[in-house]
Amino acid sequence: MWDPRAEEMPVEELKRLQYRLLKTLVYRLYSFSDFYHARMREANVHPDDIRTLDDVTRLPFMYKRDLRDNYPDHLFTATQDELVRYHVSSGTTGKPTVVGYTANDLENWTTSLARSLTACGLGRGDVMQVSYGYGLFTGGLGMHYGAERIGATVLPSSTGNTERQIELMQDLHVTAIACTPSYLVHIGETAERMGVSIRDDTDLRIGVLGAEPWSEAMRTNLQDSLGIRVYDIYGTSELSGPMFTECTEQNGIHIWGDLAYPEIIDPETGESLPAGEKGELVMTVLKKEALPMIRYRVGDVTVLDDEPCACGRTAPRIMRIQGRVDDMLIVRGINVFPSQVEHTLMEIPEVVGSAFQIVVDRKGALDSMLVRVEMSPEAFSDKITDLMQIRGKVAHTLKSSLNVAAQVELMAPGALPRFEGKAQRVIDRRVY
Amino acid sequence: MAEKKYLIKQVSIFSENKPGRLAAIASALEEAGVNILAFSIAEANGFGVVRALVNKPDLAHKTLTDLGFMVSFTDVIAVAMRDEPGGLFEIARILGEAGINIEYSYAYSGKDGAVLILRVDQVEEGVEKILAAGGTLLDVSLFQ
Repeated sequence: MWDPRAEEMPVEELKRLQYRLLKTLVYRLYSFSDFYHARMREANVHPDDIRTLDDVTRLPFMYKRDLRDNYPDHLFTATQDELVRYHVSSGTTGKPTVVGYTANDLENWTTSLARSLTACGLGRGDVMQVSYGYGLFTGGLGMHYGAERIGATVLPSSTGNTERQIELMQDLHVTAIACTPSYLVHIGETAERMGVSIRDDTDLRIGVLGAEPWSEAMRTNLQDSLGIRVYDIYGTSELSGPMFTECTEQNGIHIWGDLAYPEIIDPETGESLPAGEKGELVMTVLKKEALPMIRYRVGDVTVLDDEPCACGRTAPRIMRIQGRVDDMLIVRGINVFPSQVEHTLMEIPEVVGSAFQIVVDRKGALDSMLVRVEMSPEAFSDKITDLMQIRGKVAHTLKSSLNVAAQVELMAPGALPRFEGKAQRVIDRRVY
Repeated sequence: MAEKKYLIKQVSIFSENKPGRLAAIASALEEAGVNILAFSIAEANGFGVVRALVNKPDLAHKTLTDLGFMVSFTDVIAVAMRDEPGGLFEIARILGEAGINIEYSYAYSGKDGAVLILRVDQVEEGVEKILAAGGTLLDVSLFQ
């Protein structure tokens, strides 16, 4: 462990610490942030009302649109001479948002990742290729400083030029890579084309993958095909950047309790949900100076698990991100996430699970869902009955995993659009 | 085996059921200088399979694959048919009595007479039975 005192802190002690940090944060923001002052007044809550950790639910939510409305830096609670860095989000879903950091913010971010990377089994002697984008995106620099902190040797390769990345991976005996899961798939395919076996011809043993939703089936595929262990990492620019990972148990992402306080809520009602129930992740970052976050609605859907982890760390865990609240489809009253569809399709060898499209229509009062999916070239038969059978199998498997019927349309490989950034999987043609 | 010369490489192409797909296939084959000798389209709800006998199957396969089509080869046989009532019955009866299932077939009337293209579940046995019953199978060299 990087910091056993913090990571193994008894739960009761951790909760007392979280309460103290929360209380301090609330007082500070009520006093110094016009935004939080106004929000708390509106919600009719005063710092004195926060008497236990559970009182956090009395505090108002903060939304992405608050960051946009206050572009670029009107929410900052640090002056410009205290800021040491900016990052800017890509703005894929609207106006970009600017995140500022004080020296302490960077320190906490780096500490968080140092603990996380250690939990993945990395340390001195490892060579980590950071193939996340450097620059305005938080992935590259965030991982960079975290990996340097634990004494690993960093290869800041950033994204692109895949063949060169594979050569460097061999020449410099890279043992770990941080990138998106889809980029690692691409690296594996490119290596194969170059006649390089990641398993036999490189020293790669660990992948730290994130920045896009992925599935357990994808993990199995990557681990089996490349002969390495891959771990899920979580974070968003609003929380600083990539911050939290799984441990070697591969059973959920540890959220360091002295740095952040996670909650799960019902996205419709805003009510808190108990551990084990699926809902929207809400984060309070307990020590942020430049851009504080109280009850920030991240928009990711997951489940909180506060059972002790076999690794001995007491921090609660969030399970794999199942989708975005804004991606969640309600079809005939049932919640459907594109990630669930992907997960299901990945288990069917006759189709290409990573390329699909969901089209939702409404005929009369009834919703109908169509899933377009590409056939694997190996599965192609020129007998219509065989193709109908594949279609039937996909429809049946989707129905049993989603609990809602889907029409299936078979497409040729490569027929569906590919996405460089966030995939647009859903076409919702319903008129309400 | 002797039957090998009767096995003809058919090119099968998956196609989404939407306007312009057949045109794209046909134009690609034209550009590559591939002649289509016989073909059929099998369609289901939402997609179809184009099956074709062409003079240069490997070139057709490569050309269409490079364009992103899903293409496969299937062995079919071509039977000369009497171009008069009862011609089809003769062939169907031979296969039926031998317990050989016809998975699909299509026919065309060439300059040397009518031809039935067949995909059967037991191809070697099919060839044997047709020859034994006095039928005429077209040699692959006539096509490819």
